[in-house]
Formats: sequence, C-alpha cells, structure tokens
Amino acid sequence: MSAPAFNNKIIKWIDERIPLFTVLEHSTSSYPTPKNLNYWWNFGSLALFALVIMIMTGIVLAMNYTGHTSMAFDSVERIMRDVNYGWLLRYLHMNGASFFFICVYVHIFRGLYYGSYKAPREILWWLGLLIYLAMMATAFMGYVLPWGQMSFWGATVITNLFSAVPVVGNFIVTWLWGGFAVDNPTLNRFFSLHYLLPFVIFALVFLHLVALHTSKSSNPLGIEPKGPQDTIPFHPYYTIKDLYGVGVFLLVFMGFVFYAPNFFGEPDNYIPANPMVTPPHIVPEWYYLPFYAILRAIPDKLGGVIAMFGAILVLFALPWLDSSKVKSGRFRPVFKWFFWLFLADCFLLGWIGGKPAEGNYIPIGQAATFWYFFHLLVVLPLLGRLEKPLALPASISAPVLKEKA
Amino acid sequence: MAHSTTAAPSGSSQGESRRDFLLIATSAVGAVGTALAVWPFVHSMNPAADTLALSTTEVDLSKVAEGMAITVTWQGKPVFVRHRTADEIKMAEEAPLSDLREPTPDKDRVQKPEWLILVGICTHLGCIPMGQKASDPRGDFGGWFCPCHGSHYDTSGRIRKGPAPLNLVVPKYTFLTDSQIRIG
Ligand code: HEM
Ligand code: FES
Repeated sequence: MSAPAFNNKIIKWIDERIPLFTVLEHSTSSYPTPKNLNYWWNFGSLALFALVIMIMTGIVLAMNYTGHTSMAFDSVERIMRDVNYGWLLRYLHMNGASFFFICVYVHIFRGLYYGSYKAPREILWWLGLLIYLAMMATAFMGYVLPWGQMSFWGATVITNLFSAVPVVGNFIVTWLWGGFAVDNPTLNRFFSLHYLLPFVIFALVFLHLVALHTSKSSNPLGIEPKGPQDTIPFHPYYTIKDLYGVGVFLLVFMGFVFYAPNFFGEPDNYIPANPMVTPPHIVPEWYYLPFYAILRAIPDKLGGVIAMFGAILVLFALPWLDSSKVKSGRFRPVFKWFFWLFLADCFLLGWIGGKPAEGNYIPIGQAATFWYFFHLLVVLPLLGRLEKPLALPASISAPVLKEKA
Repeated sequence: MAHSTTAAPSGSSQGESRRDFLLIATSAVGAVGTALAVWPFVHSMNPAADTLALSTTEVDLSKVAEGMAITVTWQGKPVFVRHRTADEIKMAEEAPLSDLREPTPDKDRVQKPEWLILVGICTHLGCIPMGQKASDPRGDFGGWFCPCHGSHYDTSGRIRKGPAPLNLVVPKYTFLTDSQIRIG
C-alpha cells in the first residue's frame, strides 16, 4: 500500500499523522472494481444509505419520544401532530425500515444468484448475515416502541419464543421482560437497545466493507479480474452509478412516505396496547413473515422455534453447501431454475406468514418450509456434483471484445 | 537481579512450574472476577423488587352464573374464572388420559369441580385464548381456542390440539368463603 502523493500541504500534513486521505484514496479512486457490475450491485450502497436515514431520523425522534407504558403511545401521536415535521420524520423512519429490508433482501438474493458467498468471500457473507440478524433484532424492538396493540402482542409472541428453550426457558423470558409479562421494564430496555443496535450494525458494516475491500467485489460473470484491463476505479465510475441508484431509490421511497405512508403498517398498531385483549390476528412486520410461516409450520413449540432460527443459521453454511466451483448462476443452467423456484418459495412463505394458521394454509406452509430446507440442504449440494456448467469466458473483457471483433 | 530470576534462560523446571502456577492462578482469579462483575449487569435486567412484590387478587364468584366465565387481572396477567356446566365437567373428567399431551386428571386441576381457575395465557407463545365470551370460538374441545397459531384447549384447560406444549396453568388460589377466592 504505497502512499499517494498529495499536493495540498494541509492534506499532506494531516495524512502523515493519520492516514485518512491515503485510506480514502485506496478505497475510492485507486480501488479497482470489476467493470461489468450491473444494477444489482447498487443495493449494498443503498442499504448503507438506508441505514444512515434510520440513524438520522431515529436520533431526532428519540428527542420527542417517551419510553414509558403510560406515555409512549401519546408521545408518538404528539410527534405526529405537534412536533414540527414530526410526521415526516416518523414516516421516514417507519418506511425507512421497510426499504432498508427491501435493499438488503435484494442484496442477499443478488449474492445467492451470483454465488457471491463463495471463496474468498465467506467471511464477507457471514458479516452480512450478522448485519441481517442485528437488523431483525433492531426492527423488532423499534416496532414495540409506539406501544400499540401490535407492538405489545408482537413483543409477547416473539419474546415467548425463548420459553421453548428446555429447562431455563422461563427464566430467560422473565429476564428479557424484567417482570412476569411484557410491561414497562420491557419497553424501557427495548428503547435502550433500539438506540444501541444501529451503531453495532454500523460497526459491522465497517467490517463488511473491510472484508469487501480485501476480497474485492465479485461480478455478474463470477470470474475474478485478470488484470487492470478488467477493472475501473471505484471513483468516479461507481460513485456516480451508486448516486444514480440513490436518486431512483429516493423517488420510490419518498413516493411511499408522502402518498402511502402506512402501506407497510398494520392499522391495529394505532390502537393503544391492551394486555387483556389479544387482537384476533397477530401479524409481524412483512419482513419477518417467511420466518413466521416456518415457525408455524411445525406443530411443536420447540421444533418450530428451532426451524425458524435454523432457517437463518443454515445460510452461514451456504459457502460449503453449494459445492459448485462456478459462482455465477449465469453459467449454471439447472441451478438457475432452482434459484427462481427458491425465490418463489420465499415469497410463498411470506404470503403464508400473513395468513391465519388454519385450513389449507397449514399444509401449504409446511410444503413451502420443506422446500426451503430441501433446496439449501439437498438441492444445492447435489447440483454442485451433477450439474454441467457452461464454459466460462476467459476473462471479464473477453466476451465483449469477441462481440466487437 | 530480579530480572534474571524471572527470565532465567537455563530455566530450572522448578521455576517454570512456579511461573505456570502464577499465570494460571492469576488468570483464574481474573476470570472469576470478570464473571462476578458481569453478574450485576445481567441481574439488573431481572424483575426488580417492586415488580416482585407479590400481589393477590380477590374474586367474588356469586355473580358468575353457571356456563359463564369472567377474566380478572392478577400480577398483570389475565386469569380465567369459569363456572362450568355439568356437561363440561363430565367432558373434562371423561377425557382419556392417553389422549392428553400433558396428562393430568381434571380432579387435580380444580378444587371444586364447578370452578375452573386458569392463567389465561396460551402456553405456546403467550396470546390470550378465546372462549371467555359466549360468542367466542371455543375450539374442537369446548374449552378455549387460541387464534394466534391455533391451539385448542378442553373444558379443563388442557392442551388437546395445536402447537402449545402444556396445559393452561392453574394459579395458586384459596376459597375464602363458598363464593369468594383469593388468587396468589
Ligand atoms: C446494513 C446492511 C448492509 C450494507 C450497508 C451492506 C453494504 C455493502 C456494500 C456497500 C457492498 C458493496 C456493493 C455491492 O456489492 O452491493 C456489499 C457487498 C456485499 N455484501 Fe453487503 N451490506 C449489507 C448487508 C448484507 C447482507 C445482509 C449480506 C448477506 C447476507 C451481505 C452480503 C454481501 C456480499 C456477499 C457482498 C459482496 C458482493 C459481491 O461483490 O459480489 N451484505 N455490502
Ligand atoms: S400463542 Fe396460542 S397458539 Fe401460539
């Protein structure tokens, strides 16, 4: 890592004492990025953009929010009605969470299709999954804060998951609650943790990027760059492409914020929490629905909880479950179809997760759960052995040059 | 020089084992100390003294006619008080134990057969089962039905179908008079 020569005296003076500008230059202008990245590669930077929105709006909301069961609901209504631009800040934060998850889901499925989790990017993948887990915890606790009916009952159902742990389950749940039911101590600690976790996510994103800049970005062809002819500097080429993505993102995002701010929400959460009345149909936020469906597919409490957490944990083993040497789905004629089937299965699970646990929804949910695990644990390992991939191009530039010739 | 004894290059095995001992002992004390220091942080999240202070709830049964049920609050939790009909008692008593997930005879769950007292929290994931109101669905076994994930309880509050693993809990209670109980 040779230090670039800086002309500006002040920059030089600072950089000799703390190499901020050297690091910046290495990760932008002189950071070699494959020149064939498509738009699916925009969603990492979009996720980061969403995280920044969440932290910024969250900090100002916290200035007007009260973390007490007797005041929480009203303090949120006050933000909506009386605080200057409070409605905007809250709607940005509410919809921001959904868009954060949309970006990360696209980002993850990008990785699944193009085999981004394969060597040498296994740790990069793990860090991504840790970010995803931390996001789920953060969003869950955030949803409790307005103290509406869904806040309360969502919190009750999810914290009760831990009572499935043999022997110590009930102690864990009491410990999580700080009492014998979800109550003020629970709300208080959730507020504390909801403030903390986004900064943990920020630290994880930093590590995610350190890992990325070590293994470098993969690309739609899934072959590593063979030399400078296959790469372009990140700045200005991808900074501008990422910024273009931010523009499109903002267009859609602000459309929802202004014209359909409660599209992703549940009307029941505008009813203050009532510990004596369970709403007839408890649904978690949309981004948890596939896992909720898996939880309910297993007619056994502990089994359901294990399957639900297992659904995320198996993803950590993905780099070894998918034994194919070829990264990109583009060159895997059979895998490609199973990928789309898996994506459809995840949507199916999401749909089932939002339906009541009755009638035909139960067997459909069970079949979809079966397929989720079957795909990851059986189909992928077998495909790696049986499938005959297409021939890979000699280099990133080769196919383009051939077309021209 | 102290230095030469600690760094003794020729190293008598005696000196080495003494240093090993010191290292292990120091690490052990350090580890225990750290664990002890963590405990206050962990335990601060357990229920505080005021939360723990036991409260009791008294219920007047005279207003609950046969076939009716009321819900009272005890320690922030709903408690079901159901005045069972003869039919319901018969169903509860005649259910074969081999059909039950948590086999407990009905007589061990009541003090007086007509009064069934239960903590109204589904043992699956904590929703409040339906069946208290006459218009509520009561599930396939005439007791309670939890809408959250579809658990069915019988007229003794025992789990019969669905994901819940255990029977509805019977809280500690005493009959103060024939028509009054104290829960807790
Ligand atoms: C807060 C959430 C996240 C942020 C801010 C973030 C950020 C980024 C950025 C900026 C990139 C480079 C641009 C790109 O390739 O899209 C990247 C790459 C990557 N991320 Fe994430 N990420 C997040 C979550 C995740 C999650 C949840 C996963 C997987 C479970 C993941 C897996 C990956 C992988 C495998 C790469 C390398 C992709 C490649 O170059 O082929 N990330 N991330
Ligand atoms: S909480 Fe009652 S069935 Fe799940």
